[in-house]
Amino acid sequence: MSATTVAHDDVHHDHPTGIMRWLTTTNHKDIGTMYLTFSLVMFLVGGAMVLGIRAELFQPGLQLMNPDFYNQLIGVHALIMIFAALMPAATGFANWMIPLQIGAPDMALPRLNNWGFWLLPPSAILLTLPFTLALFGIGDGAIATGWTFYPPLSVQGGIGVDFAIFAVHLLGVSSVMGSINIIVTLFNMRAPGMTLMKMPMFAWGWLITAFLLVATIPVLAGAVTMLLTDRHFGTHFFDAAGGGDPIMFQHLFWFFGHPEVYILLLPVWGFIPQILQTFSRKPMYGYKAQVYSLWAIGALAVVVWAHHFFTAGMPVPALLYFMYSTMAISLPLAVLFFCWIKTMWKGSMTFETPMLFAVGWIILFGIGGLTGLVLADVAADAQYHNSYFVVAHFHYTLFAGGIMGIMAGVYYWLPKMTGNMYDENLGKLHFWLTAISFNLTFIPQFFVGLAGMPRRIPDYALQFAEFNMISTISAFALGLSQLLFVYIIIKCVKGGKKATDKVWEGSEGLEWTLPSPPPYHSFTEQPVIK
Amino acid sequence: MQVFKKIGLGFAAMLASLNAFADYSWNFPEPVTPMALDTLHVHNKFMLITMVIFVVVLAIMIYSIFAHRKNKGYKAVADKAPSTAVEIFWVLVPFFILLLIDFVIMGIPAYHSVVMMEDTRDKATMVIKVTGSQWRWQYEYLDGEAQGIKFVSNLTTTDDQQKNLAEKSENYLLEVDNHLVLPVGEKVRILMTSSDVLHNWWVPQFGSSRVAVPGFIRETWVQVDKAGTYRGQCKELCGKGHGYMPVVVDALPMEEYKVWVAAKKAEIEKAGEIKEMTKEDLVAQGKGVYEKNCAVCHQVNGAGLPPAFPAMTGSKIALGPVFGADGKYLKDGHLDRLLNGKGVMPSWKATLNDTEIAAVITYERQALGNAATVDPIVQPAQVKAARQ
Repeated sequence: MSATTVAHDDVHHDHPTGIMRWLTTTNHKDIGTMYLTFSLVMFLVGGAMVLGIRAELFQPGLQLMNPDFYNQLIGVHALIMIFAALMPAATGFANWMIPLQIGAPDMALPRLNNWGFWLLPPSAILLTLPFTLALFGIGDGAIATGWTFYPPLSVQGGIGVDFAIFAVHLLGVSSVMGSINIIVTLFNMRAPGMTLMKMPMFAWGWLITAFLLVATIPVLAGAVTMLLTDRHFGTHFFDAAGGGDPIMFQHLFWFFGHPEVYILLLPVWGFIPQILQTFSRKPMYGYKAQVYSLWAIGALAVVVWAHHFFTAGMPVPALLYFMYSTMAISLPLAVLFFCWIKTMWKGSMTFETPMLFAVGWIILFGIGGLTGLVLADVAADAQYHNSYFVVAHFHYTLFAGGIMGIMAGVYYWLPKMTGNMYDENLGKLHFWLTAISFNLTFIPQFFVGLAGMPRRIPDYALQFAEFNMISTISAFALGLSQLLFVYIIIKCVKGGKKATDKVWEGSEGLEWTLPSPPPYHSFTEQPVIK
Repeated sequence: MQVFKKIGLGFAAMLASLNAFADYSWNFPEPVTPMALDTLHVHNKFMLITMVIFVVVLAIMIYSIFAHRKNKGYKAVADKAPSTAVEIFWVLVPFFILLLIDFVIMGIPAYHSVVMMEDTRDKATMVIKVTGSQWRWQYEYLDGEAQGIKFVSNLTTTDDQQKNLAEKSENYLLEVDNHLVLPVGEKVRILMTSSDVLHNWWVPQFGSSRVAVPGFIRETWVQVDKAGTYRGQCKELCGKGHGYMPVVVDALPMEEYKVWVAAKKAEIEKAGEIKEMTKEDLVAQGKGVYEKNCAVCHQVNGAGLPPAFPAMTGSKIALGPVFGADGKYLKDGHLDRLLNGKGVMPSWKATLNDTEIAAVITYERQALGNAATVDPIVQPAQVKAARQ
């Protein structure tokens, strides 16, 4: 993506070129580019898997695959989309934009940065290798427990589970290193005069994300390690026969798993207001209110985990506590929504592709948030839980709220990264194709879920047939639309109208004071914030 | 507030018209228990509230999108932060609206629903135990006149239907051989457990769902107020047969329920009788047992799904000796494997009776391409002896 940055190398530096440039680089922009490219590739891999799933669900009956392979696809699809597509995308933006936004020459810990990235490809290979091994008769395929690893099913499972455990370990180490780097950079390398409360919102979103990652990834690592010893070394952490408890795993897993949702979303909540202010041509509304809300959500994120398994059975006081605390998340979110809309209100708006994605994002993420609010209700959750209603809900938060947010960021910053404008018409087409096919894919899933279709089943009763057919056709439209996204990016990297330094008429912030693309060492002289 | 009301009514009308499409289902199915009725009310109310929020917020935003555009010559009005008391008040308005909705409008009814859902014992007139196992449900009546009734409920949808070789039946994937039968109007306390991995016993029209955890007892309750047959499914991923362990419940009026109890008891007594059987009878009965219980892993033709699920055809266990010289069953022999299981293979001791175990062993030894010469058949009496 940033091939052109080479042109700006300071002559007295000796940088390797070609493949060695990418293997050895400690430059924040190069590493950011690698993160983003990796994310895009894995997004397509995970997407291809889900198209296999949707094709199987096109009609009742088993057409394409056996149930075991189906279970492998759903689990690996989720692991790839969460750990290998969404998280690296956010980290890629952090690498690219945080030094630019805070006026630093690079990230604080460049070698750690390089290492953090290079842990990702091996873990992606670990996740997908069992599929290939099974073709040669080794093992019985990838992890078939869904991405949640619930024992005893995961204790029963084949080598795919072990591969997934090690993949998660590597991904976790990578995330923690990325987080440490971001925390250190934000605390030490801000331009003179940029107090914490003057930091760009994206930096705030990432700072809280980084704290959440450092706090929760070790718990996940512990949980999957206990699972590993249960599988191979005769421990009984999750086996009642030896005094353990399978539900304890769910507590440990979701202590990580729920904050993970915010880990995926907080960086997006950071740059969406920046996009809104750029295209509304007025400063973002309620900066302080937004920062406090982000902190409130970060804090609530780690105390609500058990709402993911209300039906597993727990005492009434625990049910009530987790219900009410979960509902409380809607309070800071309401403030955020208010601030986002107030930022647009009485602005002078134009609707380039980033703005289209940002506005569409507010609406669709709103649906995800509101359905999340009703899911918090314990009694109603008995019906929603593990039905397609939940599948639709979390795709509104993670596809619309996560991936479409990331897409807004891609269009917003692509001209800055490459120095070229992307094709605006194609970008708008991509937005409309994505938004429409996304809704047509997932709205029917709300209805089949309410009617009683459980998730993670390869075949279903006849009453669910029509909605599933609509969902499958739309899913293919959604998947194919993303090829257009790839084409737009490649076209923009290769050339196009030259971007100005400011790129957008209403852009504010330090990243827009540098040339497009920015020089190799972003800020060689620290800018001063007044 | 007038505007809110109007929008709410508009939405209610829209939902009502959607319900007119009889073929599609847009909401929860018809509730038949107090819990499901409560859940439906809660759901409808919350959906309405969230839709009103959504529409109002969306309307404001869409108005802004059309009114405050640059190409209409609209000039941005600078407002940076809430600084005056009035502005801070406006930021807190959405906060307090949600506070009211969360903890009063939604929170108070939710509290009562939770208490009702978790009260499994009060006024319960009977207790049943539901055990999930890969991939079937077992039901046991623990008290009252039905005490001692115990059976397994297996999917009856044929393999051919699943593979699109035969026309799919009306209740495709939602049909079983033995329905759970409950009396109408009685509060039934359900104890839930599992013999292997997590399962979740769920009938959408009952509004209750609870995870079955191996080694633990979880509780829920149902009180079916309307006679009929109700269908549901396992709701917790439990392996490759997860989509194939439906729940079917018949709710019968008390008199009919009593007739069913008497008939079921007589049937179980008859099935439990131990008698000498011929090879042909054993193989014939064994075929049925095999296809219901074993074929899901070992396949109908005995080919298995190696390496996880070994083939029955040519199996060392199915062709090797069952009993030792002393007449006791051999460790790792055919009968041992059925009674005690090993690894992924479950124990069938509690699930199948003596005759069924004898029949299925004989079937596996004399059919599916096998013709065992050592211990060619196993008699029910031998199984009975082996249990002691």
